Formats: sequence, structure tokens, C-alpha cells
Amino acid sequence: MKRRKFDVAAVPAKTAGAVDDRFQVATPLRKLLNKVFPDHWSFLLGEIALFSFVVLLMTGVFLTFFYEPAMTEVVYNGSYAPLRGTPMSAAYASSLDLSFDVRGGLIMRQMHHWAALLFMAAIVVHMLRVFFTGAFRKPRETNWIIGSLLFWVGFLAGFTGYSLPDDGLSGTGLRIASGIMLSIPVIGSWLTSSIFGGEFPGEIIISRFFIAHVLLIPGLLVALISAHLGLVFKQKHTQWPGPGRTNENVVGERMFPRYALKQGGFFMVVFGVIALMGGLFQINPIWYFGPYEAWVVSAASQPDWYVMFLDGSTRLMPAWQINIPIGDGYVIPPLFWPTVVLPGILVGLSTMYPFVEARRLKDYKHHNLLQRPRDVPARTAVGAMAVAFYVVLTLSGGNDVIADKFHISLNAMTWAGRVGLLVVPPLAYYVAYRLCLGLQQHDREVLAHGVETGIIKRLPDGRFVEVHQPLTAADGHDGHAPALDYVGWVVPKKMNRLGALGPAIRGFFYPIERPAEAPVSPGHPPVEPRPEREEIGSGESRR
Amino acid sequence: MSTHTEHQAPQGREPLDVNDPRLSRFEIMQEGARRDDIEIVHYEPQVVPGTKAERRLTRLVASMFLLTGLAATAFLVIYIWWPWKWEAGRGGDKYYTPLLGLTLGLALLGIGFGILTWGKKLLPKEVSIQDRHDQPGSPEDRKITGETMLFLADEMGVRRRPLLGISLLAGLAPVGAVAAAPLVGGLISNPHKNNQMFTTGFAPAEGKRIRLVREDGRPIRPADVSAGGQLTVFPGIEEGVSNKHADSPTLLIHLREDDAQASREANSRVGHGDYMWGNYAAFSKICTHAGCPASLYEQQTNRLLCPCHQSQFLITDNARPVFGPASRRLPQLPIEVDEEGFFVAKSDYTETIGPDFWERP
Repeated sequence: MKRRKFDVAAVPAKTAGAVDDRFQVATPLRKLLNKVFPDHWSFLLGEIALFSFVVLLMTGVFLTFFYEPAMTEVVYNGSYAPLRGTPMSAAYASSLDLSFDVRGGLIMRQMHHWAALLFMAAIVVHMLRVFFTGAFRKPRETNWIIGSLLFWVGFLAGFTGYSLPDDGLSGTGLRIASGIMLSIPVIGSWLTSSIFGGEFPGEIIISRFFIAHVLLIPGLLVALISAHLGLVFKQKHTQWPGPGRTNENVVGERMFPRYALKQGGFFMVVFGVIALMGGLFQINPIWYFGPYEAWVVSAASQPDWYVMFLDGSTRLMPAWQINIPIGDGYVIPPLFWPTVVLPGILVGLSTMYPFVEARRLKDYKHHNLLQRPRDVPARTAVGAMAVAFYVVLTLSGGNDVIADKFHISLNAMTWAGRVGLLVVPPLAYYVAYRLCLGLQQHDREVLAHGVETGIIKRLPDGRFVEVHQPLTAADGHDGHAPALDYVGWVVPKKMNRLGALGPAIRGFFYPIERPAEAPVSPGHPPVEPRPEREEIGSGESRR
Repeated sequence: MSTHTEHQAPQGREPLDVNDPRLSRFEIMQEGARRDDIEIVHYEPQVVPGTKAERRLTRLVASMFLLTGLAATAFLVIYIWWPWKWEAGRGGDKYYTPLLGLTLGLALLGIGFGILTWGKKLLPKEVSIQDRHDQPGSPEDRKITGETMLFLADEMGVRRRPLLGISLLAGLAPVGAVAAAPLVGGLISNPHKNNQMFTTGFAPAEGKRIRLVREDGRPIRPADVSAGGQLTVFPGIEEGVSNKHADSPTLLIHLREDDAQASREANSRVGHGDYMWGNYAAFSKICTHAGCPASLYEQQTNRLLCPCHQSQFLITDNARPVFGPASRRLPQLPIEVDEEGFFVAKSDYTETIGPDFWERP
């Protein structure tokens, strides 16, 4: 009888065959491996948000092992001597223990906090990228809405987390939140009482926020993020216009191996940066703030940065109280407008923007190509206006610190914010609009006349002119280079972008032996344009 | 493997026979991509195998991974053996968290940049073009799907048997509410229970006036606060200092003679003529704007500033808001001195404490 030899080399193929027999994955797997991703540096902004969220989940799980969500009063007796013997809530005591009596607890707390700040920052910057490039247009409106919701749910996650340590600063934030809820007409007092379980602060708010922070909100975030990514995957990325790129294709790299490898590497980099920040940069040192007591607060009490715009709007609001003289009399306090109505308007405006714009331009087509901000001046200017509005509010959220550090009157800062909130956004609109038109103009000049060479020529009649390098060769007609059409993509504006300079020798200590050939457009390998390439741009750019 | 392909229009192309032994592995992969509507139009290795450049890059990536190993080992060593318990002064424990961050960060960055360099520099570059296929379904398909759904709806027979639909709706609507009811119902709490929004710890208990006490519970004599000075006081009841009575903290201010005179005049103007005792006045510390403790008292101007939103109250004019978002005066606590010489509250606050709300009378 012949002994069958075990063939090691055949194992992977056999296993793969066995798997496909059962799950029929060969075709879908190949499609997945081959999926093409367009690439641009700005696409990584959303990924930073995603990766910080993963870090948030990991560090958050660690923190739940040690945190105690209870407001029962205990007397602190841990390592941190200055607070020993102080009565405080169990929540605050366990947060102190996390910082001082759990091995490596402090770095986990700080990484969690930094990751949260990075998460929100990445969401905002990613949102700006999507807005200014028109990536939210049909068919991606749903994903724009999900993205905006992610900001607000992230905001809630941040606020509930910020409140958990029950230190002096977070307790003050909670008190303001209760004041905001109280300010809502008709239902305010019922809402506050129901959430706090009676009068502020009650005894259960910390445990309720804990459940919200570790279960409900993360669950919602995971669901929204999954839907967001699922839609990105289904609808494929947008891409910049460029050689060979049309509305009907995706030009880029297949997912494996290079794209996936870059993603994996980038995740580790984001994780590493958060670890560095968590270790080296102190954040939220709750042991300096002490336990929350209703009568203690200090100057420069600021929330986390993404809440500061609401703090700013609250500070700028004039003391306009509305009295309604019916019965005993009812009142709408000034707090209602900047903290309930304003965020409501912001949510509505931002989520609905894609539909507003589509309606205004009567543009209901599919768009998979991005637009350069300069080509859509009106949208870019609206975005600049929104950013200016946000920045004025955020700065006003720290106007006491600015007043203190720069020796400005506090009241002057408030007035500067009030006036600035009305004046700066329209100004930003105007400036951004003109900048867009100027940049458009310059692009067209280069396409028509060529790149400035810096060479000054004297004509026989004594005039001086600058020599321009046309972008195309002269044709047979009259010796002039034909003007080129603008296609919505970068126009080379420097001579070395045209390969006029020799390529740099690469390598730091030792030059790499073969100098790279000068590409026509650095970073973009030559691709033949398809003859059927469509024109780029919306109705806006035609003006 | 160095392969350079040119873009070909995929139309009318016969599928390759992938079992042809002459085909290279790259060609088979390319055929697979074609079947997924992907054209690999450019595929170019970045480094020539066996060159100095390749060896250099390989060494670079390898050294990054080795850095990771070193940093991760250092992290473990520090995590276990470095003195980490907090002690007063600048001991080694102050470096525990920074060192952990540094080593962990370096370890992660090492992997990260190692992988990135590997992927970006060592792997071949490519440009592939994939068709999107995001046109909507054909009108025919849409019609078929729509008709299918309408057919199913017809088969359910709700249109012919409306009672089914109505009863189903009528039956289901309350079920939805049933799901929400326990959650909402369990949370609802009446804000006006025990008149809690309108009383503080200073409400006289069984006819007895409540003393003003310090943080540590000691009562206060007038001589304890010097002119121009101020003191945070609490109701002298059980747990009066704790957060259970978060609306009770009060600022007791000893005004100087002139300021006291101005205050008395302002007080009698609004009918609070007897709220002060001598030159002493007491105002709620809880800001009427958002509820932060308004506690930055400027002696020279007699202004009280809330550090959260910068509302400013003029103490000598009945704590009238003079700047910022607050629209309502800080309530004043009527005070006097009892027979033993300690400050007491004559009665509870006569105005509502803290942030405003709809039904405040």
C-alpha cells in the first residue's frame, strides 16, 4: 500500500477550496480585494476621526473597570495627600483613584480625553473638507446628514463623559446644563426635574450619565459610523477631476495591498500620536479642581473646545428676558436663545444644506467628481461665513482668558464679540468670494498666456516684458499656443512644475543611484485621458 | 515583477482563458480585475530588486520595527518597575505617565511608519480605473419591483378588507406607546413637589429661624466679617453645606458705610427695606443666569462677577444685573442677628433662586 504524502504546499489552496465550497466567497472576495480607491491627502481626515473612535472604545473599556458611577458621599483616603480626608462623591474618588492608584490609569484617562478632543476635531475638519469640495452633493446627501448627526452625538458623548468625574469643573458644566434645560419654555422645569430625578443635582444624575456615556451613546455612534462607512463603501469615494477621471469611474489604487497597508500604518500613527499626547500633555487634572461643590468656581472655567462656541454664544447674548403677563406671569429667560434655539438652527441648517443648494442651482444630477473651492465661490463664501461665525463664538467662549492675558477690559471683549458676530461673517463671505474669483482669474490667465518665467525681456522699442512659458506647443496657425480649457484641476503655475528644473537627487546621506525621471506633474503618473471625458463644474463656475 | 500595461478599451474583449499555462500570475490577476470592471492601466515597481535603494529601504523599515520592539519592551519595563505611586514633591513618580506615553507612542509610531514606508515605498505603484455603475436601475426594473410590491399589498387584501388595516393600526399605535411608557413614565418627576423650586435651606423649620453658618458649620457673628469683606454662608441645618442644598449658598457681605447707605436706599426703593442688618447684606450666590456660583466680588466697585458667562451684578443696587447675559437680580436674603448674637435668616428667600424657568411667578 502506497503511503500518501502530506503535501504542505497544497494546504492553502485546499483550505481555500473548502471555504469556498461552504460559503461561496471567491468572487465577492476578489471584488473586495480589487475595489479601487481614489486617493488624496484630505481623505484621511475622516479616517483620523474613525481611528480616534477606536482608541476611545479601547481606553474607555479600561476606564469602566475602575470608575464607580455613584454620588454617595465618601471620605477620600487615597495616595494623593492634599485631598486626603476630604468628603466627596464616590465618582470623584474613583476618578482620583484612576489617576493615582491604578497602575497606568492616568495615561489611559488622558489618552481617552485627548482621543475625544481629536475625534471631534477630525469630524469638524473632515466636514469642512466635504463641504468645500462639494462631496455632499447627490448621491451623498444621506451621508452628509449622518455625518452632521455624528458631530452632535459626539458632542453629547463628550459632554456626558466630561461630567462623569464629578470634579469642580464638570459639576459646574452640569449645573449650566440644568440651567439650559430649565430655560426651555413650558416643559423646562419638568424636563430638568425628570432628568436629574428632582432638584439639581440630586443623587442619580451621574449614574444616568454613565449609562448614556458607556452604553447608549457609543451604541448610537457605532451604528451611525457603520452606516456612514457602509454608504461610503457602497457609493465609492468621490475623486478630484484629473487625467482619465470621469463621473462614471474611480481612478486610484486597488484596496490590497498598498491602500490597506497605508490605512493600517496610518491607524498606528494616529494611535501613537494619541499615546504621546496622553503621556506627555496633561489634560483635565481633576485633582486640582477638587470635588464639585455648588458654591465653588474659579475664573477661567472653560469647557472642552467643541463646547466653547455654545459658551461663547451664551456670553454674548444680551439680557433680553421675555415676560408673558398671563396669570401669575411666565418668562422666557435669555439663556434659551443661545443654548437651545441657536444649536437647533445650526443642526437644521447644516443637515439641510445639500438640499438647499441643489434647489438653488436646480442641480439634481449625480456628482462623483469634486469641485475646487474656487470654482464655487458662493458655496465657499457661505462656508467661510459659517466658519467665521463659529470662530467668533469659540473665541468668545474664552474671552475672559483673552481679556486677562492681553489686559483688555472684559466688557470690551464681550462687546467685541457681539459686534464681531454680526460683522465678521459677512466680511468673511465677501473676502472669500473675491479670493475665489481672483484665483479663478489667475488660473485662466496661466492657461491663456502660460507660466511666468521670471525672465524680463527688453523689446526693441524699449519696453520691458516678462517672458511667459505657454503650457502647450505652438500650433501651425500664427505661432501662438492655443488657449487651454479649464477642467477643474490644478493649473501648474511655477516653472519647475513644468519640469523646467532638473529633478532633485533623492536620498539624504547617499543619493539614490538613479535620479528619477522628471514627471510632467509630480505625484501623478502619466495616464492617457479618455477621449469621452466630460466637462467639469456646476452652473456656478460658468459665471 | 516588472509589468507595464497600457490601457485598452474593455469593450468587445474576449475573456481570457485563465487556465492557459502561458499566462503569468499578474495576467491572471489583471483578468480578474477586468471581470470586476477594473482596468489596471499602470503598474510600476518603485525599486529595482537587488539595488542599493531597495536594501536601504528594507533596512529603514526593519529599523522602525526594531524601534517598536525596543520601545514596547521599555514600556513594559517602566510599567512594571518604575516607581509610580504618588508622593509629594518631584519624585520619580512624576515621570511615570510621561515615560509610558513616550514609549507607547514610539512603539506605535514605529509600527505605523514602518508599515507606511513599506506600503508607500517598497510596493509597486499602480493606477487602476474602476467603473462606478451608480446609474439608477432601468425603468423596466423599477416598474417590475414597484408592481411586485403593489401586488403583494393587494394580496394582503387590506384595500378590500379595510377593517383589518384600521384595527391593526388602532391596535399597534398604543403598543408603540407601551414601549416608551415605562422609560418616560419612570423618569418623570414633578418639579413642584414640596415646592422645591421655590424654597431653600433657609426656610424656617417649625417656626425656628435658620442660622447662617460657615463651610465647617460654625455660626457667624457680625464681628467675624470685616468692612468690605465677604463670606460664603450656608443654612445651619443638617447637610446644609452639601450639594443636597445646591441652591442655598449665600454671599454675606459687610458693606462699608457709604455703600451700605446706598444699598439701604436701593433696598427701600424695591420694598426690601428691612432685608439688611446694619451694614450687612446677604445675596444668593447662585447666578440667576445659568446657575454658576457668582463669586468674584470686586470690593472697589461693589460688583459681583460670575466667571462662567461674565454676568455682573451691582451689589449696592440690590444686585441688579449691569452687564452680561443675566436678566434678573440675585435674590436677597433677609437677615438679622438672634439673641445669642449670631446671624439668622429672617425668612426664606422671597424670590426664586437660580436659573430662570417658564413658570417662575
